[in-house]
Amino acid sequence: MKLNVSDINKSYNGKAVLQDCSVSFEKGAVYALMGPNGSGKSTFLRICALLETPDKGSVEYLSGDSIVRNDIGLRRRITLVLPGVGVFNTTVHKNVVYGLKIRGLSKEEIRRRADSALEFAGLLHKKDHNALTLSTGEGQRLGIARAMVIEPEILFLDEPTVSTDQENTAIIEGIILDMKKKGMSTVIITTHDPAQAERLTDRVLIMRDGKIIEQKSP
Amino acid sequence: MHSISEGLIKAFSLIGSFDADLLKIIFLTLEVSGVALLIATALGLPLGALVGLRKFPLQRVAISLMNTFMGLPPVVVGLFLYLILSRSGPLGFMGLLYTPLAMILAQTILALPIIASLSHSAIVNVDPIIRQASITLGATPVQVTLNIMKEARYGIMSGIIAGLGRVMAEVGAVLIVGGNIAGYTRVMTTTIALETDKGNFELAIALGIILLVLSLAINMFLHLVQRKGALQPIR
Repeated sequence: MKLNVSDINKSYNGKAVLQDCSVSFEKGAVYALMGPNGSGKSTFLRICALLETPDKGSVEYLSGDSIVRNDIGLRRRITLVLPGVGVFNTTVHKNVVYGLKIRGLSKEEIRRRADSALEFAGLLHKKDHNALTLSTGEGQRLGIARAMVIEPEILFLDEPTVSTDQENTAIIEGIILDMKKKGMSTVIITTHDPAQAERLTDRVLIMRDGKIIEQKSP
Repeated sequence: MHSISEGLIKAFSLIGSFDADLLKIIFLTLEVSGVALLIATALGLPLGALVGLRKFPLQRVAISLMNTFMGLPPVVVGLFLYLILSRSGPLGFMGLLYTPLAMILAQTILALPIIASLSHSAIVNVDPIIRQASITLGATPVQVTLNIMKEARYGIMSGIIAGLGRVMAEVGAVLIVGGNIAGYTRVMTTTIALETDKGNFELAIALGIILLVLSLAINMFLHLVQRKGALQPIR
């Protein structure tokens, strides 16, 4: 699935947050959105992930040449990991299987995918712990594991390593690199770290004052 | 002092002997309060969720009304229901006055705003990121609502337990609409009021002790629920 963003604008209380942003995201590539605080990265990501609607412009998902209808079916093919993750007050395991259960997957499939994602995120030994007792870095890994299990075609990660220590950052980067290697998902992350963008991504978009001012290779 | 100690001794002997009248009163109390609580929960929980999660005109008025009704004076509820259910009232033809059903109705009215208001409070206090995370994981609007309610479960349970405490301890409304008929509408609180009036302290004290134990158990359970829900989300 390809994502086309055309001329999107967004304002909050009369203040323009995004202005005429246009970009295409190709299937299977990893992108970084970079820019200073307040440049509109998170808003851009939230609009792309269909969590918010733009005031003007369009966000279109394309399967081949045809536009995919914006409904629950499309929303189940993409996902966004928010900066605060939003872990549910239940076990780590139940957090991870939430997206699978609401999709009505078989018990066997749920177990297979959950165990694999938890192992990958280094959280298998904590699967029965309450998710609220995890550290910030572990919580972030849980957020990624929770998103990975649903095998999204496009995964948005909003500042996945902004408040994590070196060890957790390395684990999270490892997960993203593995996804890149497999090429199954398009990954779009926001980051402040140019070195991280270089390590992980195929393409970098620079944002400033609500505009995409540059698109380049890392 | 003498009557208190004598009353206490006789009360314990009544409890120890599993007196049939005493047990009947206890079971009717639990039945009336239990059914009222079930109905109040079935109505109050969706009402609290609706007011908490949907935007609609006069939402603030609805919230204020729910909060105000939490403090409804039971005797006023009793009087109001009496007027409606009495023979000359609009629902007099149903013959509900002085029946356990009338008592259930009264207790439901008293518990409903407590459950609705505390559920509403618990639901609006769920971090908005939970709603967003549910949406990004592909939840439908109904699944999002259910997930938010699940997150608010400890607050909701506190509301239900508070509602139970309210109906178990209530006397004014059930006395007016139940009539305190022996073996039919006589519950623990109305029996205590009646027996105290008659100077028959042993049964009143025995029921008082049981009511206190039940109240203590409810409060301990509430405390446990609140402690379990005290974990804070990762920031």
